Order: sequence, then structure tokens, then C-alpha cells
Amino acid sequence: MPVAVFSQRKARVVAWLDERLALDRIREFLAHKTVPVHSGTIWYYFGGITLFLFGIQVATGILLLLYYRPTATEAYESVQFIVTRVEFGWLIRSLHSWSANLMILTAFVHMFSVAFLRGWRRPREVTWLSGIVLLGLTLAFGFSGYLLPWNTTAYFATKVGTDLAGSIPLIGPPLARFLRGGDDVTGGTLTRFFGFHVAVLPAVTTAVLAVHLALVQRFGISSPPWLKTSEGKVPQMRFVPNFLLRELMAWYAALAALGVLAALFPWPLGEKADPFAPAPAGIRPEWYFLAPFYTLKLLPSHVAFLEGEQAGLIGFGLLGLWWAALPFWGVRPDGRERTRLVTGTGVLLLAWLSSFTLLGYLK
Amino acid sequence: MPQVTRRSANWLLGGGVAGSLASFVYPVMRFLNPPATPEAPVNEVVVANAQQMLPNSGRVVKFGSKPVLLIRVGEAEWRAFGATCTHLNCTVQYRPESQQIWCACHNGFYDLNGRVVSGPPPRPLDEYAVRTRGQEIVIARKG
Repeated sequence: MPVAVFSQRKARVVAWLDERLALDRIREFLAHKTVPVHSGTIWYYFGGITLFLFGIQVATGILLLLYYRPTATEAYESVQFIVTRVEFGWLIRSLHSWSANLMILTAFVHMFSVAFLRGWRRPREVTWLSGIVLLGLTLAFGFSGYLLPWNTTAYFATKVGTDLAGSIPLIGPPLARFLRGGDDVTGGTLTRFFGFHVAVLPAVTTAVLAVHLALVQRFGISSPPWLKTSEGKVPQMRFVPNFLLRELMAWYAALAALGVLAALFPWPLGEKADPFAPAPAGIRPEWYFLAPFYTLKLLPSHVAFLEGEQAGLIGFGLLGLWWAALPFWGVRPDGRERTRLVTGTGVLLLAWLSSFTLLGYLK
Repeated sequence: MPQVTRRSANWLLGGGVAGSLASFVYPVMRFLNPPATPEAPVNEVVVANAQQMLPNSGRVVKFGSKPVLLIRVGEAEWRAFGATCTHLNCTVQYRPESQQIWCACHNGFYDLNGRVVSGPPPRPLDEYAVRTRGQEIVIARKG
């Protein structure tokens, strides 16, 4: 086809789509969208990388669904079948597990970078809150997905996790029964967790993610307050194509790291869960639950009038609420920021998470 | 004929809609609540043969749907405890070298009477009665 005819047809198709999809508005919006340029610009990539890894999760999760069977008698065997008999099954499962772990890591990096770069300030309070909800959903994905291979560590992790939920005053016992689908962790729990993992959580996460991204678009990307020049301008780069191409490179690097990890360190399957076997020595949860796990290990059996695990749970809950409410206590009523309190809280939280994760891993 | 005001009509309609929504939500809430699975009450179970276990050893056995830790302390001395740790529900095991009961999840230790020695468990383990009938070891609920 001659080039002139081709461009004529292309222009007609674009005009047809323009009229029906209002593409010109999107083009106009993207042409004006910018990203601040400063020494901390690199941290802006982590939200996008988390989104990219979520996409990998969805894609590999759908593939695993083709062979996985969510019952206590078949779950372990079906995963074994995937990793031993299905072509590249080991790789797909390994990619799913590794990208889940990397996604949690990048979500934490994104959260702390937003906290320290002060991206939560007015009018982005709801963006921060939706991000905290997304982090909670990501951890719920991790917790529910961890049980699905029905192996020993997953079985005990679920017993501990649901028992911990059961120790919440008043709502704990019915909540634990609801999560387990009964009084104990059984095949019923596995079926429920499967439902949460592949239907409930993806639906809720997609909705909250849509709100989070819409708010990011609505308010643009925040620049740290200490960068404001006398004219109130921070140097910017265009989102399309400058930032987008850089972000795509970051995604490609993340994909390379994921591919290397998944191929060189295939995710182990472990032993099949046996409800009548003792918890094996050296058992511990996934790294992202190690800090609370190690804290619970250190707590005495009773703290004041509470049992140790209840005290721990209340402590984690209050800490989580305090951190989620950051935009509301981070600024004084007169509008001045509580800079030291915010940075101090962030540093302490980061120090607790990293040191206790390390201790939980080593001990 | 009584006058129906806009306000009372709103209440009536609103109440009707709320009532109809509740009639949909209620069955869903009840559906989410798992039914209790009736189980024949287990009072005593033959769990092992004395020849299968050496003195100073333990093993987890089934007592109905519950795990129970059976310990052969000495030649003729047996103990049994609920194998579910009172801290966070993991299954405990017997450590012959220290003659203690150990939970690997959060490092809780119990003595041979089921009492907490160290670590986070808040309560002692439930104790079961153990009887021998010839070579058969029988576990029964206490009390």
C-alpha cells in the first residue's frame, strides 16, 4: 500500500476514534502532565513498578488457575503437578511467588518514600489513605495466597494468623470463624482463602487502585516542600514521553530482576500440610510478617491484664492507625508541618521493621 | 382521610427500601457464617501400642479431630496433653533432651505437667487422662 494512502486511512481511523472516545482530551491532558525533577525523582518510579508487578501477578495468577485445585486433598498435589509436569509450570509459579514478594517490597518502598518526601500533604490525604488500604490489601493477598499450596509452613502460618485475628476483643472469635470457615484451619479454610485470593481481593483492589490512580492524576505528582524556589516552581519533565520512557525502562529492569530470581531460585513447595504433625523447628512466616512475628515471640505471656498476643495485636493496630493517620497529625492546625515528628516516626517504624525482620530471620 | 405529608412518605419509602435491603443482606451474612459441623463426642480413644513408643519419647495422636501429644515419660509413666499451643494455636512437640514440651512457632516451653516454663504461652496445656489396657494406651478426657 502506498505510504500516502496508508496515512490517509490512518488519519480517518484516528478521526473516527477521536469523535467517539474523545482521544483529543486525553492527548491534551497527557501533553500537560509533568513530573518534578530533583534529587529524589528516582523514588517516583516505585509506585509504577508496584503497579507493573501487580500486572504480572494477575497474568501469572490466571495461568496458575488453569491447573490449581483448591481442596485440602488436591491443592498440594495440583501445585506439585504444575511445577513438575506442566511445561514451564515451575517458572510460572516461581514468577508468581517472586513478583508477589517484590511487589510487597516495592509497595513498602513507595510508602516510605511518599512519607519522607511529604507527598501526603493537603490535598493528597485521601491519596495517602487509599495507598495504605492498597498496602493492606497487598498483605492480605500475600496471606491468603500463602496458604494455597497447602504446605506445612502455610498451614501453621494460617493457624497463627487466624488465631491472632481471633484474639481481637469482641469481634475476634466470629472473625476467626469467618476466616477459617469453622473452628479450625481445614480444607474449608483453603477454599475460603482461594475465594478471597482470586475473587474478592482482586475486585476490591482494582476498585481502590482506580481511586488511587485517579487521585494521582487529579492532583499531579507532589514535590517535596523544601524544593520550593522563590517563584514557587520546581523544574519539571514531561510525563509523555520523558517520564513514561524512563518508567518503562524501570519496568524492564524489574522484569529482568524478576526473571533472574524466578529462574535461578525457583520457589520451593515444601512438605504437604499435616494437621496432626507438630510445627517443625525453624518455622517462620514470610519476610513481610517477620517483624510482628519476632515481636510476638519476645512478648511475655501477660502484659498488664492482657495476654501477650492481645497486647501485641493492640500495639500493631494502634501503630498502623497512627501511621495511616499521618496526614492528619503531620500538620499543625496553623498549617505548619510537624517535620521532626513525621521524620522521627518514619525512621523509628522503618528501623523496627528492618531490624526485627532481620532478627526474625537470623534467630 | 389522613394527610400523607412528604416527610412521612419519605420515611415510609426509605424504611421500605432499608427493610428490603436488610432482607437481602441477612441471608448473605448468615451464609458467610460457617455452620457448626456436628461431631460424635469422643470420650476415650486407643491411640497407641506401648511397644511402639520408647521411654522419654512423644508423638502427636488423633483424639477425634483434635491433636493430642502423648508422652511416654518412663517405662510405665504416660502423660497426654492437648497438642494445641495456648499462645497462637500451633501444634507442640516433645523434646526428649530437655524433657519439655516445645512450640516451634514462638518458642514456648511447657513442663511435663503442661505448665508454662518460658516463652509467650499464657495458659497451661489441657491435660488428658492416660490408661493402659494390656499393651494398649487409652486417652480419655479429664473431668
